[in-house]
Amino acid sequence: MSQPVAVPDPTKIALESRAKSLLNRPRRRLAATRFSEIGIYVALICCGLFSLLITVSIIGVLLTETTRFFQFDEVTLSNFLGSAEWTPNLGEPKSFGIWGLISGTLLVTGIAMAFALPLGLVTAIYLSEYAPRQIRNFLKPILEVLAGIPTVVYGFFALMTITPFLQWVHEGFNVYNAMSAGLAVGILCFPTVCSLAEDALQSVPKTLRDGALGLGGTRFDATVKVILPAALSGIISAFLLAVARAIGETMIVALAAGSRPQATLDPRNEIQTMTGFMVQMAGGDVSNFGTEYFSMYAVAFTLFLITLALTMMGNVVRGRFRETYE
Amino acid sequence: MANQSTNAIEASNLNAWYGDFQALNSISLQIPKNEVTAFIGPSGCGKSTLLRWFNRMNDTIHSASATGDLRLGDIDLLSSATDVVDLRRRVGIVFQKANPFPKSIFENVAFGPRLHMKLNKTELQDLVEWALRKAAVWEEVKDRLNAPALGLSGGQQQRLCIARAIATGPEILLMDEPCSALDPASTLAIEDLMDELRSQYTIVIVTHNMQQASRCSDKTAFFFEGKVIEFNSTEKIFTTPNAKQTEDYVRGKFG
Repeated sequence: MSQPVAVPDPTKIALESRAKSLLNRPRRRLAATRFSEIGIYVALICCGLFSLLITVSIIGVLLTETTRFFQFDEVTLSNFLGSAEWTPNLGEPKSFGIWGLISGTLLVTGIAMAFALPLGLVTAIYLSEYAPRQIRNFLKPILEVLAGIPTVVYGFFALMTITPFLQWVHEGFNVYNAMSAGLAVGILCFPTVCSLAEDALQSVPKTLRDGALGLGGTRFDATVKVILPAALSGIISAFLLAVARAIGETMIVALAAGSRPQATLDPRNEIQTMTGFMVQMAGGDVSNFGTEYFSMYAVAFTLFLITLALTMMGNVVRGRFRETYE
Repeated sequence: MANQSTNAIEASNLNAWYGDFQALNSISLQIPKNEVTAFIGPSGCGKSTLLRWFNRMNDTIHSASATGDLRLGDIDLLSSATDVVDLRRRVGIVFQKANPFPKSIFENVAFGPRLHMKLNKTELQDLVEWALRKAAVWEEVKDRLNAPALGLSGGQQQRLCIARAIATGPEILLMDEPCSALDPASTLAIEDLMDELRSQYTIVIVTHNMQQASRCSDKTAFFFEGKVIEFNSTEKIFTTPNAKQTEDYVRGKFG
């Protein structure tokens, strides 16, 4: 549609000459580019190395202090790994059976996950597949606020609200009990599960939803038979992250679960988790540099091994269930 | 009914909107049974919108709405009381981009039958084989039915999606630019397939490819800015169209 004879437009000519002069400006020199590239490269490597250094030094400290713990006469590896009696603060003979703490951690984590995983997943499905956009835009920020509450608040909530409620429902609950702490940890993990699972569901392409609906599937068919399987690896990641968070959670269990290590499955009982014990030790109400002090490092190292195993398991499971679309 | 209608779908004075934007403007046309009808026209002219009203895929788009009359036999396609699950079983759709589920080849084709029918294992296997043969992809996949469908080539994936649509036993097949992402050889395979299927199914295809429309279809509708400018036999549209706009478009002067 161009006109045969172009009438010269003064602003156009001015712009043309200005562009010409701008294009004649000196360009950045290759040497300078290369130098700054090297600088950026080195800076990035340093950042990467720094995180590696921190990890290695933490593991180093854990290892050396754990070794010192096992050099005490009253500590034996067979007692540590083969007993559920964890009585470092009582009189002689002391017993350092790690299972007394591991069972507490597992009980709280189990209760928390029994609460957070199903509820988180169902909420994620509702938000991603069923909720109208307005409701979703309203609920998601609220969930994120829930994730931002300091855990000490959850701890007090467990102690002051959940525990009295549990005691009102059933008289057998101790003032400190695994159920109350487990539920609070579950509430803490719920937004994490929900938010990550929702992201995983949302990342499934719309074309797959349309495909399932186009074949005469209901929304529920599409969700359960196509979307969920396609999002499985992301959902499993969300679950594992929640488990890792629950295992490592400290303030809630320190406040609400109690400080009496015992291997029990009864959620009404007072228990102590690995993290709970470490808080108690680090809080300084024991003589420094005794056996019980160093036992803290052995517990920490055990906890580290458990979370490491979980992470590795997560990678294996994720790889196994990875279903790529595209 | 005394006289069996020869039309699969009948639209009259159909208007459709996305929010405030009117995508279709008083459309009236009849899709003939057991023929291939092509919808052509420039992008954004409403042909996909109309196609997606035929099996209510527009229900997934929040802002979509329509007025007027759109019927499939006795079924009022615009009524909120219409059973869309049964409708979509009867009116299958194949999308622009092949969208196999991240499952095995077998499970993809078995998906629809599993939803709608109770079949035992051998019945299901037979139905899957039949659908894959119909979609001309059986020979290429028969030895790897349990392999992931996403490992197939683009053309094979699209034929798999056609097999998947056929397996629910539809009367009508809607195809929304089914070849736009395929190479010429795969396109040819799909066109041959449509030729095979036309005796048993009513096919409606949206295409941007003029040659494809002229090669494969019996009737062609030319859409422009939400209106059907001309709806006629494909031969007429491509040789002596009535409207100037149609002629310009099929000759490649615009669009």
